[in-house]
Amino acid sequence: MAYLQLENLHRQFGSFKALKGIDISLGEGEFLSLLGPSGCGKTTALRIVAGFDRPNAGRVVIEGKDLAGVGPNKRDMGMVFQAYSLFPNMTARQNVEFGLKIRGRDKADRTKRVSDLLELVGLGHAGDRYPHQLSGGMQQRVALARALAIEPRVLLLDEPLSALDAKVRVQLREEIRRIQLELGITTLYVTHDQEEALAISDHVAVMYGGVIEQMGTPAEMYTAPRTPFVAEFIGTMNRLEAHIVDGAAGEVEHAGTRLRIDAARGRTNGERVLILIRPETLELQAAGNSAGANGNTLTAEVVTQTFLGPVTRLKMTGGLIADMSTARAAALPVGANVVAQVPYEGVQLLALADDEGIPDIGEGT
Amino acid sequence: MRLGRPRMAPSAVIWLLLAAAYFILPLYATFDFSLKKNAAGAPCCTLHNYGWVIHNGDFWHTIKISFVLALETIVISLLLFVPTIYWVHLKVPKLRPVLAFMALVPFVVPPIVMVVGLLKTFKGSPHWFYGTPWGFLATAYVILAFPYTFFSLDAGFRAIDVHTLTEASQSLGATWTTTLFKVILPNIRTAALGAAFLTLAVVMGEFTIANLAAFHTFPIFLQYVNESQGFPAGALTLLSFMITWGAMLSLLLVGRKRGARGAVIAGAR
Repeated sequence: MAYLQLENLHRQFGSFKALKGIDISLGEGEFLSLLGPSGCGKTTALRIVAGFDRPNAGRVVIEGKDLAGVGPNKRDMGMVFQAYSLFPNMTARQNVEFGLKIRGRDKADRTKRVSDLLELVGLGHAGDRYPHQLSGGMQQRVALARALAIEPRVLLLDEPLSALDAKVRVQLREEIRRIQLELGITTLYVTHDQEEALAISDHVAVMYGGVIEQMGTPAEMYTAPRTPFVAEFIGTMNRLEAHIVDGAAGEVEHAGTRLRIDAARGRTNGERVLILIRPETLELQAAGNSAGANGNTLTAEVVTQTFLGPVTRLKMTGGLIADMSTARAAALPVGANVVAQVPYEGVQLLALADDEGIPDIGEGT
Repeated sequence: MRLGRPRMAPSAVIWLLLAAAYFILPLYATFDFSLKKNAAGAPCCTLHNYGWVIHNGDFWHTIKISFVLALETIVISLLLFVPTIYWVHLKVPKLRPVLAFMALVPFVVPPIVMVVGLLKTFKGSPHWFYGTPWGFLATAYVILAFPYTFFSLDAGFRAIDVHTLTEASQSLGATWTTTLFKVILPNIRTAALGAAFLTLAVVMGEFTIANLAAFHTFPIFLQYVNESQGFPAGALTLLSFMITWGAMLSLLLVGRKRGARGAVIAGAR
């Protein structure tokens, strides 16, 4: 039986529908990330679970018990907020101790638990500091310790790393995962950073427009997106609009060029599809040096080169994007004509409705 | 390397001295005046006028009334407005401009108009309220001090993240009352102290309402002495000045003692 369930949650603010019926089922000790762009409803869902907001319809069930009518202070859910939320008038130690005092724990018990938790988040030495004496990362660590102190049934994290710089963000997300696994605590994590969600979650639910587009393991979300939005949002993806010209042979036509793709086999001729190709799977060669190409190619001109460290990203005419080693990219400067080899296998196709456009949410990273 | 304290520009020093003179010269003149015994020919200087004030029973009686009234006004104002402004900031922020407008009313309506209205409104109410300063005057002073209380507290609430602190507290199991007293109040302590100081100053100096409502408060006594005996009035003015400042200082010390660091941190946000 699921430990935490969100059943058909609806939430409306005026005429704006923030949640349009979301269902989530989470087992005990699992880590689920709600991932999506601003305004997709992920924080609303989390606030409903925490009890800070009420759904217009649907319910939140934990261990089989409906939480309707249970106030946020009675839910036993630890929460870490996006904004720095430590009580400024209390030291780190007093902040962590706050929830235990509310619960009437005796002093010796409190002292030990607070010390243990501060050690767990790596701040055993900073217990007597006030929030303004701690860096942003340290404050969020204390906030995490404070949320864990009450031994919550569910840990809720609302974009806890978004105010931190990149390096601290990576360190802290790994620590959150380590601690979550160590304590085996059921965790709901809200983020708009797909890399963060993929890195630390057991399951990821991608939300868009108040609904869950797709839920699955990070690997499933990356390798087998089921909607154009998920394909775009998780990682960077080449999205080529095409139609099936020969379903039996697996042939599609994109911008006047025929391509053979395994995933197109068995589809109906004339069907509109979206070809999804990861940038790292697109092989590029200079136009005059494409002897090895098997004919399944697109031609384009390099428009920009972006150095990303281990790889360089090339953007080409026709919206093509390819990632390749920096050394090889040097041979394909801006303005070079290239041939892009489309792999026969490992490319995904999504059916497009006749009136459906390609979602444009900006470039993923 | 530690940086030294930045040096003050000469022009700033001149302005500071001018401002200090503006405040200090009248005090010095009053002090000088209070040391004289008679208008003509008496030798300088004597503390006779201070002795007169200190041994005057009316002085102690009226200053006690005004001081207790000030404390009562502060307590009522804070009890009334801290939860109200907290709730408005948290739940109905749209009402904030309405409250701010209401807070301006005591500035716009002259006290003499206000007291006539209040006297008519409360006429016929029980004696414990209408006939004693602790009821009628305290009520009037809460209204009179409303702008100072509201704007001080409002600034305090705006300096903290009321929503996040409240939700963090509640998620840890705290009730509304615990959240208000353990989390919110310590972080607006500076603002609450500011409101208390201003209220104290308003009540210790209020004349019109007390006079028209026929209550014998300290400003009434001060006015009476001023009209009848010039030199003791100087001594009385300086003593009342010192007592008011002493009261403010003790409020500050009491506030600081219990949450000095909290106040500093809240202010630093």
